[in-house]
Amino acid sequence: MIAYLLKRLLIGLATLALASMVVFAVIEIVPGDPAQMMLGMNATPEALAALREQMGLDQPVVARYLAWVAGLLTGDFGRSFTYSSPVIQLIGERIVVSLPLALLSLFLSTAIAIPVGIFSAARRGRAADTAVMGITQLGVAIPNFWFALLLIYVFAVWLRLVPAGGFAGWGNGIWPGIRSLLLPAVALALPQAAILARVTRSAMLEVLGEDYIRTARAKGMPRRYVLWRHALRNAMIPVLTIMGLQFSFLLAGTIIIENVFYLPGLGRLVFQAITQRDLIVVEGVVMLLVAAVVAVNILVDMTYALVDPRLRGRA
Amino acid sequence: MKLFQALMAATALTLLAGAAQAARTDLVVGVVLEPPHLDPTAGEAAAIDEVLYANVFEGLTRIGSGGEVLPALAQKWDISEDGKVYTFHLHTGVKFHDGTDFDAGDVKFSLDRARDEKSTNAQKGLFAQIDSVEVVDPATVKVTLKQPQGSFLYNMGWGDAVIVAPESAEGNKEKPVGTGPFRFENWARGSSITIVRNPDYWGEPVALEKAEFRIVPDAAAAVPALLSGDVQAFPMFPADAVDQVRDDPRFEVVIGATEGETLLSINNKKAPFDNLKVRQAISHALNREEIIQGASNGLGTPIGSHFSPGNAAYVDLTGTYPYDPEKAKALLAEAGFPNGFEATLKLPPTPYARQGGEIIASQLRQVGINLRIIPVEWSDWLDGVFKQKDFDLTIISHTEPNDIDIYSRPGYYFQYENPEFNKLIEELDVTSDDAKRGELYRQAQEILARDAVNGFLFELPKVGVWDKNLQGMWHNAPIQANDLTAVRWAD
Repeated sequence: MIAYLLKRLLIGLATLALASMVVFAVIEIVPGDPAQMMLGMNATPEALAALREQMGLDQPVVARYLAWVAGLLTGDFGRSFTYSSPVIQLIGERIVVSLPLALLSLFLSTAIAIPVGIFSAARRGRAADTAVMGITQLGVAIPNFWFALLLIYVFAVWLRLVPAGGFAGWGNGIWPGIRSLLLPAVALALPQAAILARVTRSAMLEVLGEDYIRTARAKGMPRRYVLWRHALRNAMIPVLTIMGLQFSFLLAGTIIIENVFYLPGLGRLVFQAITQRDLIVVEGVVMLLVAAVVAVNILVDMTYALVDPRLRGRA
Repeated sequence: MKLFQALMAATALTLLAGAAQAARTDLVVGVVLEPPHLDPTAGEAAAIDEVLYANVFEGLTRIGSGGEVLPALAQKWDISEDGKVYTFHLHTGVKFHDGTDFDAGDVKFSLDRARDEKSTNAQKGLFAQIDSVEVVDPATVKVTLKQPQGSFLYNMGWGDAVIVAPESAEGNKEKPVGTGPFRFENWARGSSITIVRNPDYWGEPVALEKAEFRIVPDAAAAVPALLSGDVQAFPMFPADAVDQVRDDPRFEVVIGATEGETLLSINNKKAPFDNLKVRQAISHALNREEIIQGASNGLGTPIGSHFSPGNAAYVDLTGTYPYDPEKAKALLAEAGFPNGFEATLKLPPTPYARQGGEIIASQLRQVGINLRIIPVEWSDWLDGVFKQKDFDLTIISHTEPNDIDIYSRPGYYFQYENPEFNKLIEELDVTSDDAKRGELYRQAQEILARDAVNGFLFELPKVGVWDKNLQGMWHNAPIQANDLTAVRWAD
């Protein structure tokens, strides 16, 4: 188990190191001068040169890469060109929106999908199963920004139960913050739940066809017990994999939903930074997201081992 | 359903109770772009001025809602006989928001800082003619110019020329300290910027106690934000979405003018565009009505030269080379392209460019010019098209006010060179008489139209949508600002 964990950690670190090089290189070759972006079409050449010097852009590439990595290792992500505040502070301000939103969506999605998937699998081929599969098919197909707008019109414009967008902040207590994340979380969670429910169903069906399930039933074990105790546990591996992928997506890929609900999350930070050529912010956020994905993968690998004791022995 | 009815009744009661009270004094304004920082003297982004200009920061002069120059921190000024020395008489008893006093020293500091060698002011050109700034006494500043400059007072009204204090200038990017009728209160990055009434304001106090600029980047989100009442005013509403609120009696929809001349910019030095006949052919091939319909939802005034229809000196030159595909073909044949030619059209990401580009490509195809459309990102556009002049044609709106002089700048990306035009601009520079300036502006517009320097398309509209009880919002945008100083709720 320890060896298994160590190996995972080492692979994770190597991924991070490689990612730092790729991220830096890609951003280096993307065209566009950050100084020109900030000062626009009327800027004089001296003003541009002065700003470039201020931002340290007159240094050679390798020196900038090394300085950046050295900074990352000590927790110093640098200072944003456009916002002129520390990148770590910008990320901190955004992560208090993105992380709760991702967790809330993942919770909603799992709470809906797993029972639905099991329910559907247990009634394979019957009307209820067909209906559930039809609905999840729809859930997979609907674009989430469209679904988000529908939610806004019903719950914010018509019923006026929640705000149409924006983030109230955590300063006034937990509830106003949660309230502004409710609709976005639902908009994100339902399409994810549709996918997860389908995965749960097919994983369950595969397990339910195994001999040991028949044996358990033949022994006279109650159907429900077999379903939850024997089948679900063995069906969890693909489900956990998808959940891990979904969490990574929820953390980084919510830019469209953040735009529709004008939430100040990580997705919009990185989007704004890219359009303004605020390279240091882009690099910092992307590295953080890579780190998050690596961490989630390690976590998922560890839960495999918890679910399936056979994996614990492997290195 | 019972519960729903009860809720509706409760809502109605709350609304009635609200109406019985005094007029409200808070406002949420929706803006599309978030400013990168809050210092108008250190960045080009219009979003900075859209929050801070006239509200938090003031200059010596200010630009009014009709584009006129008004006194601001300078209550009046004298101009010497030769037009080179401006003596500004400042308001006294003015305080910055951090409590420090405003005086002539701050003016000298601000102007010297903007034109300094190390300055990162995005409009450094505004200060280029200043030779020296002298403090005469705490309430008087003398500015000496290298040569007379007709637009000097106007220039001092730009957001890039606002007066800042040496004590706080460095921190303005995060915590702006000005002299305006509103004080900066809070910036929740990515969300909103809040300003509140400045109780110690030297001039007429504003009616609003609090104004929040909420960042709503998505056009699809702007409509529900208005309908739900979360946001009460959008000074720049997306043109595509305006039909959804136009007939709603709760809102006022005002289509005004901006200073944004939208152009099909042409690389005048690159063959075959260096041939006047080819440029004339392009102008004849453009159907402006169709372009405006597609690029801007039918909103926007057609233009025939580089000048805003909102300006008093504007001349309508749209008839110089009217839409006439046959004439265009004939001109191309005369220029040696009886079968047309191929070229590229680079499009920045704005909707007017991307949508207008498709239409222009199809219109030019009618006369034999086959365009290959290349979508580019903003930074790519600035770098490739604007700086390196690596383009044939592009579509862009020039949003700086009164910027016809760009056609005289050496190395500007249109690559247009006309000594006759340059002479006019030089003359404009040293003329301060308004009638004479108007005449020069007219001549300048005519030269550009005649030379078909660019395909002149339309003036970007300012589509304002706000609650019908809200008064004092600007209808036009002579500068990129959301001046809230006259905004109030009807009683």
